[in-house]
Amino acid sequence: MEKIKSLADLKKKREDLQSNLKLRELGDNVDNLIQVKVAMATCGIASGAKQVMEVIINECNKRNLPVVVTQTGCMGYCYAEPTVEVKKPGQEAVVFGYITPAKAEELVNKYLAGNELLDGIIPVNYEKIDNK
Amino acid sequence: MDTIKLNIDNREVEVEKGTTILKAAQKLGIDIPTLCHFELNGLNVHNKPGGCRICVVEVVKDFNGRPRRNLAPACVTECVPDMVVRTNSIRVINSRKTVLELILSDHPNDCLQCAKSGSCELQNLAIRLGVREIPYKGEQSSYSMEVSPSIVRDMNKCVMCRRCETVCNEYQSVGALSAINRGFPAVVSTAFDQHLTESSCVFCGQCVAVCPVGALTEVDHTNRLIRDIANPNKKVVVQVAPAVRVALGEEFGMKPGSIVTGKLTAALKQLGFDYVFDTDWSADLTIMEEGTELIGRLTKYLAGDKSVKIPLMTSCCPAWVNFFEKQFPQLREYPSSAKSPQEMFGAIVKSYFADKINTKREDMICVSVMPCLAKKFECERDEFKTNGNPEVDYSISTRELARLIKISNIDFNNLEDVAFDSPLGESTGAAVIFGATGGVMEAAVRTAYEVITGKTLPKIDFTELRGLEGVREATVHVQDGLDLKLAVVYGLSNARKMLEQIERGESPYHAIEVMACPGGCIDGGGQPYHHGDADIVKARWEAIYQADKNMPIRKSHENPSIQAIYKEFLGEPCSHKSHELLHTTYFDRKKSIENE
Amino acid sequence: MANYKYHILICGGTGCHASQSAQIKINFEQLIVEKNLVDDVQIVETGCFGFCEKGPIVKMLPDNTFYTQVKPEDCKEIIEEHIIKGRKVERLLYLDPKSQEHKADSKHMGFYKKQLRIALRNCGFINPENIDEYIARDGYKALATVLEQNDPQATIDIIKKSGLRGRGGGGFPTGLKWEICSKNNADQKYMICNADEGDPGAFMDRSILEGDPHTIIEAMAIGGFCIGATKGLIYIRAEYPLAIHRLRVALDQAREYGLLGKNLFGTDFDFEIELRYGAGAFVCGEETALIHSMEGLRGEPTFKPPFPAQEGYLKKPSNVNNVETFANIPVIINKGWEWFSSIGTEKSKGTKVFALAGQINNVGLIEVPMGITLREVIYEIGGGIKGGKKFKAVQTGGPSGGCLTEKFLDTPIDYDNLIAAGSMMGSGGMIVMDETSCMVSVAKFYLEFTVEESCGKCSPCRIGNKRLHEILERITQGKGTMEDLDSLRNLAQVIKDTALCGLGQTSPNPVLSTIDNFWDEYVAHVVDHKCPAGQCKALKKYIIDPEKCIGCTACARVCPTNAITGTVKMPHEINQELCIKCGSCYEKCKFNAISIK
Repeated sequence: MEKIKSLADLKKKREDLQSNLKLRELGDNVDNLIQVKVAMATCGIASGAKQVMEVIINECNKRNLPVVVTQTGCMGYCYAEPTVEVKKPGQEAVVFGYITPAKAEELVNKYLAGNELLDGIIPVNYEKIDNK
Repeated sequence: MDTIKLNIDNREVEVEKGTTILKAAQKLGIDIPTLCHFELNGLNVHNKPGGCRICVVEVVKDFNGRPRRNLAPACVTECVPDMVVRTNSIRVINSRKTVLELILSDHPNDCLQCAKSGSCELQNLAIRLGVREIPYKGEQSSYSMEVSPSIVRDMNKCVMCRRCETVCNEYQSVGALSAINRGFPAVVSTAFDQHLTESSCVFCGQCVAVCPVGALTEVDHTNRLIRDIANPNKKVVVQVAPAVRVALGEEFGMKPGSIVTGKLTAALKQLGFDYVFDTDWSADLTIMEEGTELIGRLTKYLAGDKSVKIPLMTSCCPAWVNFFEKQFPQLREYPSSAKSPQEMFGAIVKSYFADKINTKREDMICVSVMPCLAKKFECERDEFKTNGNPEVDYSISTRELARLIKISNIDFNNLEDVAFDSPLGESTGAAVIFGATGGVMEAAVRTAYEVITGKTLPKIDFTELRGLEGVREATVHVQDGLDLKLAVVYGLSNARKMLEQIERGESPYHAIEVMACPGGCIDGGGQPYHHGDADIVKARWEAIYQADKNMPIRKSHENPSIQAIYKEFLGEPCSHKSHELLHTTYFDRKKSIENE
Repeated sequence: MANYKYHILICGGTGCHASQSAQIKINFEQLIVEKNLVDDVQIVETGCFGFCEKGPIVKMLPDNTFYTQVKPEDCKEIIEEHIIKGRKVERLLYLDPKSQEHKADSKHMGFYKKQLRIALRNCGFINPENIDEYIARDGYKALATVLEQNDPQATIDIIKKSGLRGRGGGGFPTGLKWEICSKNNADQKYMICNADEGDPGAFMDRSILEGDPHTIIEAMAIGGFCIGATKGLIYIRAEYPLAIHRLRVALDQAREYGLLGKNLFGTDFDFEIELRYGAGAFVCGEETALIHSMEGLRGEPTFKPPFPAQEGYLKKPSNVNNVETFANIPVIINKGWEWFSSIGTEKSKGTKVFALAGQINNVGLIEVPMGITLREVIYEIGGGIKGGKKFKAVQTGGPSGGCLTEKFLDTPIDYDNLIAAGSMMGSGGMIVMDETSCMVSVAKFYLEFTVEESCGKCSPCRIGNKRLHEILERITQGKGTMEDLDSLRNLAQVIKDTALCGLGQTSPNPVLSTIDNFWDEYVAHVVDHKCPAGQCKALKKYIIDPEKCIGCTACARVCPTNAITGTVKMPHEINQELCIKCGSCYEKCKFNAISIK
C-alpha cells in the first residue's frame, strides 16, 4: 500500500479516485444535467446498443460533459435501433435513431457538447408517465 | 508567594494563591459548615470530593467579573482575585438546608439508639441548621448490617462522604472499600459487597475514625466486659496501652494531651478489675525480645551472611501484620517474630501470673484497653490461643472504656491518682513512647545501643527518630563500624513503599518501624474522635514524650520487673521458653481471584 | 478498473440494518452476478440517509432515484425493471402525502428540501469502509493543508472565526476551547472524542461514525496538531458495535496510507488514535467522568476547575469534543470560515443534526441550518403530526432539556434562543408530542432516566432527583397534593443550583419546563385527579353505562380483582377502589357499555 506522504500525493490519489464517485456527484444534480437514455431491450442489444452506450459514456467523460447516461427498455423504435433519447434541462426530449458507434461520437461532439442536431431524429409518438 | 484579595460576606481578606474559599473564610472567622471535607493537616489524610454540597456558597463575582451561575463548593473552589462571595444569603441558606434535608431523608431516624449519637457530624449539622422536619420523604436505602471482629458496618447511614474510601485506598493502599452501584443505591462498600473479613481489609479502623456518622463503628465489647467483671468465678485482668493515657481525658472534657495515667488506673480499679496492669510492661518485654532478635540478625549480617533477613521490621501493629500477610506474604520473614505487647502480656498473664495466683487459665479473663480496633481482630487469631483459650480474651477501645466509666457513675475528673498493680504494672519511658510513630524504634535503639556497646547512652532522646512526617530516616552511630540505618513510617501506603524496595533488593535500612495509623497509635481507630482536628493528635504526640520524660526509668532493659521475669521464668531473651510464649509465625493470607 | 454505469447505494445505518438492509445488499450482489452486470453496476453500502421512517433506503445513481421501504424480495424487480429496462419501480418511490405524487428525487421531498447536510455530507454518499471514497471526496485534504501551513494558531483562528460551537450540548466555542488547551504546556497532551452519546433516542453521532468515520479521524488529527497533542482517544459507547467496527476499519486504512502514525504528510507531526469503550453509563458522557472512566477509575465527574484543558486524562492537558463538532472541522478548513459563518444565526453558526422522533410523520435524522424555525422542522421537514393530531410540545435536549410549546413554533432554533425559551439545544434530540402526551408523564419519564443514570456522588442529584421522581410518581397516581407542586419547584431549583455536574444541574429541566408551560395539566392531576391527555393509567376511570349494560356478566368474569359486581341481567358496577385499570373488561364488553374517562 503506497503511503501518502504529502499534499501532492493526496491530490494525485484524489484525482485517480474521483472518477469513481463521479456518478454519484452527478446524481446529486440530475435536474441540471443532460439525461441520455440508450434503449437496451433485445433489439437494441442485438444491434450493438451496448457498445454505443460505452462510446457515449467515454466520450462524455473525455470532454467532462455534464451528462448522465442510463439504459432503458424498449422505446418502441425497433426499426431504428440503436436509439438514444437525449433530454437537455428545460427542453423537450429528442430521440435519435440509427446511432452506430461512429455516430455516437458525433452525437456527443455535435449535440451534447454543442447544439447541433443530427439526422435521424425520430418524432415522439407517445407520452410517458414520467413527463406528466 | 502570590496573594489574592477577595471579599466574603462584605469583609475583605487576603490569602495566598491556591487557597480555597473555605480556608479564606476561616481566616475571617467565618465558619462554613462542611460534611464530606476532611483534612488532617500534616498527617497525610485528605478527603476532598466536593460531593456533599453542604458547604456551597454564592459567588457573586467570579474570575470573569460575572456571577457564577450555580452555587460553588467552598471546600474545593479556589479564590480568584477580586472574588465576591456570600456564604449566608437566602439562596445559600435555603439550598444548604434543602441539601441537608435530602441527606436526612435517606438516613435512619434513630439518633437515640445510634452508636454515634453525641459525636455525629450529621447530627451536629442538623442541630446547627435548625432542621425541624424532613419534607422530602420517600424510599430509604436498606442494606443489612454487617459485623466483623473489629468493625460494624451499617451502610444505611452512609452519606457518601467517601472519607473511608480515601483513607483505605490512598492513605493505607489497602483498597478494601470503594463506592459501588450507581445513583440512589450508591454506597461505599467492599468489592462485590463481600463480607469485610473476605476482603483485603486489615481492620486498621481508620475508616471508623474518619466516618462522620454511624455507618462505620467499632464492635462494642462493653456489655461482655460488664458481665465478666460481675462474674464471681472469674479473675479479670486488664492491661492498658500507652496511647490510651494521653487521650482518655478528652472523653471527659479535659484538654487534649492531658496525661491521665493515675486517674485511668483509679477508674479501672473502681470498675472492679481484679488486677490493673500496664501494656507498657510488656512493651519493655517486647524490646528485650525484639532487640535481641535485631542484634542477632545484625551480627550475622555484618559478618557477611547474606541470607539473613535485613531490614528487620517491627511487628507490634496488628493492622500492619494483616497487611503484609495479605499483600506481601512472600516477605513475611522480614518482620520480627516477636509478638505484640498485647499478646506477650496475655501469654505471660495466663501462664506465669495465673500460676502465681493459683488460678486456672480458663478462670482468668485478660482484657486489654487499646487505642486500636485491629487489636480486637488480633485477640481472635488461632495462633494466640492455647487449647482454644485466647491469651487475651478481647480488647476494648479507649471510647468503650470512657462509656464504661460513665455507665458506672465514676466521676473521672475528680479521681485521685492510683498506681498500676505489681508485678506486671511497672514500666519505663521507653515503653510509653510506643504510642507515637518512631517510639518503638527509639526504645529499641536505647536498649540495643547499651547491649551492643556495653556503654551507657550519652543521650537518651533520639530526636532524629521523632517527627510527624510519614517517612523518616535516620542514621544512629552506635560504634565504630556500626552505623544503624533506620527508617520509621506510618500509613500502610508508606509501608508498601518500604516492602517494594525490599523486594527489589534496594532497601538501605537495617531496621524499619511500621505503624498503620496517622502519627502512630495516638490516632488509632479506637481513640476519641477528633473530627479532623490535627492539633488534638499533635497534643497527644507531645504528651507521649512528656510522659516518657516523667518516668524515673527510661530504658526497657533497666526495668527491674522485666529483669525479674527473665530471672524467674523466661531465662533470657529469645530463649526456648521466650520463643514458645513470646514469639509467633506469620501466614500467607493472600487472596487472589484465580485461587477461588 | 470497471467503468460502472450504475451505482446502487444501500443505507447501512443501524436502523436500516435492523430492517435487513444487509440482506438487500447480498441479494443485489447475487443478482448482478446472475445477470452479468458485475462490470456495469457497483453495489455500495453507505451511511445513514436520515429518512429513517422510510427505511430501508436504496438510492439509484446516476438518475438519483430514491427508493423507500425496500425489502430483500424487491431487489429482483429493481434490477430487472430499473437497471435493465430503465423503468422506475413506482410502488417503491416516496409518496408525498400532500400532493399524493411520487417523488423520485430526494431533493423534491419535503423531508430533504430544507436540509443542509454538512456534518452528514458523506453519509449516504460514500462507502464508509472504503478510505478511497473518502479521499475522492476531498478527504484528508484539510489535514494536509493544515500541516503544510504549519501554523497551529492560524488554524485555531480559522475555527474561532467560523463560529463553530460545541455540538454535544454545551455550545462552547470550539476554537476558543482549542486555544485554551494549546496554551497549557506538558510533555503529553490528549485529543479526546466524546462518542458516548447517552441521550435516549439520540443517534446523530452514531450515524456520523457509521457513515463517515474518516472525518472524525481527520478532524482529531487537525485538532491534535492545533493543541499540541500526539495522541487521540475516542470514547465510544459499547452499545454501538457497528460504529466501532467501522471506526476500526477506518483507523486501519488510515494507518495503511500513512495518514495516521508517524510523520504525517512528511512533517514531524505524529498522531495516533486509540478506541476506548464505555460500559453503559450516561454520566460518562460528562467530560470529567469520561476521562476518569478511561483512566480505569469509577466513572464519576469531578469538580471544575480544574478543567480538562489544564488537568485532563492522566492529569495532562486534554481537549474533549463531540463527534458532530469534529465532523464540521475538515469542511471548515476546506471551504473556509467565511462560508461556514455565512450559515446560521449571529451567535450560532453552521448547521445542527437533529434526531427527529415522537408523534411526527417523518421520523429520522435531519441536518438543518441554525435559525430554521420549529414550525419548518415539524411541519415541512417532519411532515406534520402523525394521524393529523394537534401539536402539543416538542422536547429538545433530551433529559437535560425542556419543552417548547406552540408559542415557540416560530422561534429560530439556535443555542441562545432555546435557553431563553427554558430549554436547551442539547446533543440534538427532538421529540414531538401531540395531544395524547401527558406532560407530567413526560417529566416523570425523563426523571426515571436521570435517577437511573446518576452516578451517586453528590447529595442533590443522588437523593434529590429520586425525591423529584417520587413526587411525580405520586402525582401520576392521583395521590399528589398542591404542596407537592411547590416542593417540585423548590427542590428542582435547589438541585439545579447545587449539583456537582451537568447531569444533576440539568436533570430538573424537564420538570421546571413542563410545570411552567403546563401548570394546568399538573393541577388537573392533583386537584381533579384527572389526566387531560388520557395517558396516566391510574387516573383513568372505567365506568359501566347502566343504560347500555345488559348484565351478561362477561366483564365481571374477566376482572382480575373482582372489582365488578352485579346480578345477572341487571346493570353491573365497577368498584373504583378495587379497579386496577387493566382494561380487560373494556376489551370484553360486546355492548360498548364500558367507557374510559
